[in-house]
Amino acid sequence: MTQKFDNLPDETGHFGRFGGNFASETLFHCLEELKSAYQKLKNDPEFQQQFNKDLAEFVGRPSPLYFAERLTHEQQGAQIWLKREDLNHTGAHKINNTVGQILLAKSMGKKRIIAETGAGQHGVATATVAARMGLECIVYMGSVDIERQAINVFRMKLLGADVRAVDSGSKTLKDALNEAMRDWVAHVDDTFYIIGTVAGPAPYPAMVRDFNSVIGQEVRKQSIAQIGRFPDALVACVGGGSNAMGLFYPFIQDKEVLMYGVEAGGKGLETGQHAASINAGKVGVLHGNRTYVMSDDAGQVTETHSISAGLDYPGVGPEHAYLNDIGRAKYVTVNDDEALAAFHTLTRKEGIMPALESAHAIAYGLQLAKTMSPDKHIVINLSGRGDKDVHTVAEIEGVSV
Amino acid sequence: MTLLSDTFKRLHAKKALIPFITAGYPTPQLTVPMMHCLVENGADVIELGMPFSDPMADGPVIQKASEAAIKQGVDLRKTLTMVAEFRETNEHTPVVLMGYLNPVESMGYEVFIKDAAKAGVNAVLLVDSPPEESAELQNQLRKHHLQQIFLVAPTTSHARQQLICQQAAGFIYYVALKGVTGSADLNPETVNSHIQQLKQLSELPIVVGFGVKDASSAVAVAAEADGVVIGSALIKTLEGSQDAQETLQKVADFMCPIRNALDSL
Ligand SMILES: Cc1ncc(COP(=O)(O)O)c(C=O)c1O
Repeated sequence: MTQKFDNLPDETGHFGRFGGNFASETLFHCLEELKSAYQKLKNDPEFQQQFNKDLAEFVGRPSPLYFAERLTHEQQGAQIWLKREDLNHTGAHKINNTVGQILLAKSMGKKRIIAETGAGQHGVATATVAARMGLECIVYMGSVDIERQAINVFRMKLLGADVRAVDSGSKTLKDALNEAMRDWVAHVDDTFYIIGTVAGPAPYPAMVRDFNSVIGQEVRKQSIAQIGRFPDALVACVGGGSNAMGLFYPFIQDKEVLMYGVEAGGKGLETGQHAASINAGKVGVLHGNRTYVMSDDAGQVTETHSISAGLDYPGVGPEHAYLNDIGRAKYVTVNDDEALAAFHTLTRKEGIMPALESAHAIAYGLQLAKTMSPDKHIVINLSGRGDKDVHTVAEIEGVSV
Repeated sequence: MTLLSDTFKRLHAKKALIPFITAGYPTPQLTVPMMHCLVENGADVIELGMPFSDPMADGPVIQKASEAAIKQGVDLRKTLTMVAEFRETNEHTPVVLMGYLNPVESMGYEVFIKDAAKAGVNAVLLVDSPPEESAELQNQLRKHHLQQIFLVAPTTSHARQQLICQQAAGFIYYVALKGVTGSADLNPETVNSHIQQLKQLSELPIVVGFGVKDASSAVAVAAEADGVVIGSALIKTLEGSQDAQETLQKVADFMCPIRNALDSL
């Protein structure tokens, strides 16, 4: 899992001009402690063995690489493959990371687990591994998100987590992250903070990427076995960017494999109501790292909008900011209505209901496939399943369930 | 010589009282009168908070004050205008701007520091800009003779303390507790022993903040320190105030007992 595919970040946690350690002083000690614990463990065969065993037996990996025959037929372009992270235990890629971090927490002797969550997927994935390890778990969640993701809130509670509503700022994911940081500062001695995406201060962006890179590593093997070669293009949605980094990272040196990150275009970039930090944000500092941030002229972080709570974040992982700058990956946007249409298309054509986050990747993948010839292959990361979004879709379409 | 070092020199054995207020809270019109009122009631240095949408290191009181200030249109530029207005009649009280990096990045380090210097700011404390990430900022600060204040926390390792002391200027801000601003669980004994250790590493004045809330907690942590910072407790007393007279009276009532207690040390 910890195979190195390039030399980033550097010693100080930077990806080019992005990333770094813009944390408040109280946290430095635990960040250093975390960094050295992670560095030691990631090269420890016993730790790797345990991690791989958990991924296989608890998460259910490897997840299949599925050929979407009817979608492919319909687009009359490139062959479309789906990486089925939706089939993981708890229904999304988020569990790959929490399985890794909880092992780290355990080995560091931490008793108390905290996490932030937006859609609730990372909260559920954290509550799940905490329950399995018998550790106390507190999940911070914006009060707006608590309302729109009621099922996941209840799932977390069933798993024994204490879900705390965050009422500051925009009452969404970014504020939940702020609150988790505040909790951590106050409980540094016994608490492990499981961040849910490739953001935050170093070492989080690289660590979360490494734990999720099992996605891309499997695709390398599966594509050789099923296609006979690597795919021509990879497509993944980008909120903070963990499912996308997990897929992209193992292919970083394989320059012939194109990469597309799909940001939430919300109601359209021109409306200002979106969450497309790379496409429409500017360089700034948020949550401990330098990256693209959606902020106003005064540098206040702005409220974002997306039909999918999991993409509703005003920053983006610093490694994506870097990949964008060097041109290795391309970042595009898909609007709410396009994502919703893709949700229906995949459900009807393949019998797979995607998470609204993943539906963004599907929507772009379909557009992309059309522009490519049938001898090309694209892999779309189906980062999660759509059960959690059924209510949202029903509500948008005026159906009461 | 800088205004900050002059101030601490003049204070000699006296303890510095450093109130923190958020620019624009409770209203933008009140900020400058409040700054003068703080000085009249014993403030030696003023920390002026630059409101930010995501104040990660602040407790609920300062969070709310920031939100209210932003709602009333206060940004970095307006904050600098307030300092300039304060300077029209006060040249001797150092002003330290405290806040977060993103608004500064957005304005640009060069423009921000140049305009801050012009407005009469003496130092800046950016919570999320540690020494390791502050090289460019320090370049600009040096050009305009401004100082960067750094925090030292109870969790800061000895090696980092040395690094911070090397780069620090003005004074060192010791964070009294593991927690956000305005937390309750202050332990004066630990604070005092940490400050004794820090004094071995730096000649700079050391002030204590986070969790200091009244005369008795101020006195308790001032034993070894050169001064105390009080923010949340002061701002909390202003909640709901709109009327100028009433607000300034509350500021005076809050400051006086603390000033007296520190002076009787
Ligand atoms: C299914 C799914 N996909 C994607 C995301 C976005 O996160 P990231 O960009 O870190 O993969 C989320 C977040 O909640 C999610 O639940």
